[in-house]
Amino acid sequence: MNAVLVAVIAWNTFREAVRDRVLYNLVFFALLMISAAILVGQISIGIERLIIVNLGLSAISVFGAVMAVFLGVGLVHKEIERRTLYTMLSKPVRRTEFIAGKYFGLAITLAVNTLLMTVGLVTALLYVDGTLRREDAAVMTGVFFIFLQLLLLTGIALAFSCFATPVVSTLGTLGLYLAGIFSDDIRTFGSLSENPAMQRLTTFLYYVLPNFGQFNVISAVGHGQSVPGALIAGNTAYTLLYVTVTLIAAAAIFSNRNMK
Amino acid sequence: MPVIATEKLTKDYLTGFWTKHPKRSLDSLDLEVHENEVFGFLGPNGAGKTTTLKLLMNLVFPTSGSATILGRPVSDTSMHREIGFLPEAPYFYDYLTAREALSYYARLFGLKDHAVVDRFLARVGLTEARDTQLRKFSKGMLQRFGLAQAIVHDPRVVFLDEPMSGLDPVGRREVRDLILELKKEGRTIFFSTHILPDAETLCDRVAVLARGRLQGVGSVEEIFHREVHGVEIIFELPGGGAPPADLARTVTRTGSRYRAEVGVEDVYATFARLEELKARVVGCSEVRPTLEEYFMKLVDGANQAKQAGGGSQ
Repeated sequence: MNAVLVAVIAWNTFREAVRDRVLYNLVFFALLMISAAILVGQISIGIERLIIVNLGLSAISVFGAVMAVFLGVGLVHKEIERRTLYTMLSKPVRRTEFIAGKYFGLAITLAVNTLLMTVGLVTALLYVDGTLRREDAAVMTGVFFIFLQLLLLTGIALAFSCFATPVVSTLGTLGLYLAGIFSDDIRTFGSLSENPAMQRLTTFLYYVLPNFGQFNVISAVGHGQSVPGALIAGNTAYTLLYVTVTLIAAAAIFSNRNMK
Repeated sequence: MPVIATEKLTKDYLTGFWTKHPKRSLDSLDLEVHENEVFGFLGPNGAGKTTTLKLLMNLVFPTSGSATILGRPVSDTSMHREIGFLPEAPYFYDYLTAREALSYYARLFGLKDHAVVDRFLARVGLTEARDTQLRKFSKGMLQRFGLAQAIVHDPRVVFLDEPMSGLDPVGRREVRDLILELKKEGRTIFFSTHILPDAETLCDRVAVLARGRLQGVGSVEEIFHREVHGVEIIFELPGGGAPPADLARTVTRTGSRYRAEVGVEDVYATFARLEELKARVVGCSEVRPTLEEYFMKLVDGANQAKQAGGGSQ
């Protein structure tokens, strides 16, 4: 794989997102944070920080997920639909390189978006608390976990985008996202069942579905609890592995697709 | 060694929602294009021209058969360094300016020099519009940009899918001139079109495709000199009178002049008759089949063959 070609395609994908005014969602995030910071000062006693952290991280997660899904499902499909792909694939670009470039382009967009929203969250924390505390470092871990989730979601959306329409891709990605949030509950449900086939099925689903539940530390970091290093390492490795498998699947589907 | 070669190249598309049926879009295409040729690929809409180009660009995969460009299989992506492609009705990243977009395509070939980009934009007459976003371009300007991106890396072979379609006469002339320049530079040009006068003007050889099958290949010169249909005589009658009934059947009037198209065997008799009428002969020339007539003959033949075969592919 030619890393330079991947970087060129990734940069253009990021540029497309910026030109399409995707980062305008930051304005809504900023307004939300400013309003929340002003309001909690008036209505809550002693829990301003908790509210700001919960609200801020939830907003970063929702805004990022919406962006990952809706941009992700169009990453390849839009290129096919608009036939920009015809010129791209007539260049010395392998289909695998194209897929990797599109993925990293959206990953850069999400990274910039998440970073800027994090700056907004920290500013709001500074406003309500007057200072940053040691436990705020855990908030950064929360942000990192949200970003890992977005990387997973992007991979899934991109894989769908290689063979399905945007509507089907959106439904599929959101379906997997919801199922992934509850994957622990699915396994628990299976263990409560006395049917061995059901147990095998739920165990299989637990391992195959993306486990989004393990990334949710918003409540813990809101209460100032630190996140264990093992969980950080585990989630990072899990994301890298899952994204790699997803991208290999996406590249395999895309490499065998006729561009009618 | 041919620059482009296809052997029994066949493509079926699956159609239908629930039950998929194969529909043959291209049937056993055998074709060879040689170095520094301008090769015209002619055919009516739906003949299989774009499918052939997509197969050559590895955008779709053949059902059977094979194709090579510069001796390498079309699936060899590294070979794409030596080819350029302008798709039909091209669409580019319209949020980019012409300069940004061409720079992007150039970077895919490792070309980072802005001077190269500017030179090619100038070559297709887009210098003044170089900082305008492509979404604000007219169809003709997009076509010219498409040509620039197809040649920015100095390819040996250029593929153009309907490069003149949708262009005004000035735009068509510019594209024609550019194709001739590319030929002068030693490149091989393979272009599909259904605008026959363009093919007549530009092509060394043409192939006619109809209903997915190759109907004929030949040099334009060969086609024109294959047969003489008759002789065209332009004449004026004294006093602006009408021609007698025996001539009137073969004559059409334009202004004060008459045009008679007669068979080779009737030429002398017609001249004798015109002399009797004291007509002034203004011009006389052979009538040869046009590329359009050749084309229509082949396409009609393909249609009749299909009907005779009960409509099956």
